[in-house]
Amino acid sequence: MRRYAALTWGQFWETVTAPRTLAAYRLSFGASFLAAAINGVFGLLVAWVLERYDFPGKRLVDGLVDLPFALPTAVAGIVLTTFYAGNGWIGQYLEPRGIKVAYTPLGIVIALTFVGLPFVVRTVQPVLQDFEREVEEASATLGAGRGQTVFRVVLPALVPALLTGGALAFARAVGEYGSVIFIAGNMPFVSEIAPLLIVTRLEEFDYAGASAIATVMLIISFAALLVINSIQAFSRRRFGHA
Amino acid sequence: MHDGVFGEGRAVRWTLIALAVGFLVLFLVLPLLAVFAEALRRGAAAFFAAFDDADTQAAIRLTLLVAAIAVPLNLVFGLSAAWAIAKFEFPGKSVLISLIDLPFSVSPVVSGLVYVLLFGAKGLLGPLVDDWDFKIIFAVPGIVLATIFVTFPFIAREVIPLMQEQGTADEEAALTLGASGFRTFLTVTLPNVRWALLYGVLLCNARAMGEFGAVSVVSGHIRGLTNTMPLQVEILYNEYNFVAAFAVASLLAGLALVTLGAKSVLEWRYGDGLARVHRH
Repeated sequence: MRRYAALTWGQFWETVTAPRTLAAYRLSFGASFLAAAINGVFGLLVAWVLERYDFPGKRLVDGLVDLPFALPTAVAGIVLTTFYAGNGWIGQYLEPRGIKVAYTPLGIVIALTFVGLPFVVRTVQPVLQDFEREVEEASATLGAGRGQTVFRVVLPALVPALLTGGALAFARAVGEYGSVIFIAGNMPFVSEIAPLLIVTRLEEFDYAGASAIATVMLIISFAALLVINSIQAFSRRRFGHA
Repeated sequence: MHDGVFGEGRAVRWTLIALAVGFLVLFLVLPLLAVFAEALRRGAAAFFAAFDDADTQAAIRLTLLVAAIAVPLNLVFGLSAAWAIAKFEFPGKSVLISLIDLPFSVSPVVSGLVYVLLFGAKGLLGPLVDDWDFKIIFAVPGIVLATIFVTFPFIAREVIPLMQEQGTADEEAALTLGASGFRTFLTVTLPNVRWALLYGVLLCNARAMGEFGAVSVVSGHIRGLTNTMPLQVEILYNEYNFVAAFAVASLLAGLALVTLGAKSVLEWRYGDGLARVHRH
């Protein structure tokens, strides 16, 4: 019986650079990056609103932010698909306008945005909490308008936390499987993510191929982890918090 | 000091609140409601009928069994790892800390793949397993192993930072007063971290019952035997049995809500007994 360690370097390279594999990597990393960027913007907004303003139902909203951590990914997958399908709660309004979400790469971005949502909020929140209001007051006293204070004093201090949260959301999204496979459509070259390709290879008993694709994903995940750790180390030196 | 130069004006403030809440309603609240709405779409009778199915019942039993094995084991592992890391100095400590985080940085699919490569028919330890006449992959032990792997960090990560904040002064006092090491652990260390422990157990359990990717790879999807609840959701959904799929899904969503509720209560009431910094 052949064991999977049996791939030569040439075969390994051939597997991980096959057009279908490359398309899957491109989709996985591209969609994850987009989702992380969306979460960067909205996560910052949500963290800001939760830390700085009072409004009715704030505690409830704060608790709900963690829903994507608690909700099983398969549940998220089927409900988002039902939501954005042509006859779904939201899909029925989007499709007549020519925006197809379910079974397209856009659907993948939506699912990945959902699973990564808590990361940016939860990394930015404590930093915002610890931020000295005196600094803002000093800036205002020195004649800065509110916009200047926010964009030139507060936001720069939040950048490391924002990057860390974004990188965590990205790393999570790259490996995500359950919530994506329902909404993706899973067409090779178009909407097939890398983790799904691993599963497909496994189901074909092509263990070597599955391991090769997984190896490349692992290497990239560790690189992402390294980036996260260096941002945190930099942030500790520069701002005194991670 | 909320207006003018020290804070945003009323209009800006409420616009931002509306934007943030609108985003969360669209992305979190509506999908959550949709799970229950879809489950009840054909009425309560159809909802409950979904649970008469023998395979669905078997899936629920398996999920409970897997969580009942994985959570206590990770409680012991997590507590031991946290205790060792927070209270003692030893070589290789930073490696151990990184290893604990490993399951968070690995795709669930890859986590499952690792066990197939180890214990599968063509796996490294495959022949050994064959000799024992004991199936791991495409059987319940594989599901339990994969679940333990992906849920490993939850408890350790809640307890380590808290134990590190607390230091070893309490333990030293107990030891000086003549308590044995074990008694010190039971009456000093453990009560000090009880809320963080509960917090970790909640998160660990939610993930153990909801894990999909890793379990899907090792399960083999044998109906009535190796399907957990999330896998049963997938099967029902792919058979266009939407009401049943969402009925099972609504149980999992209910579990998620209970977990979130309990977590919030812990954070509000016993915030001092939790680690100040949570990493996810």
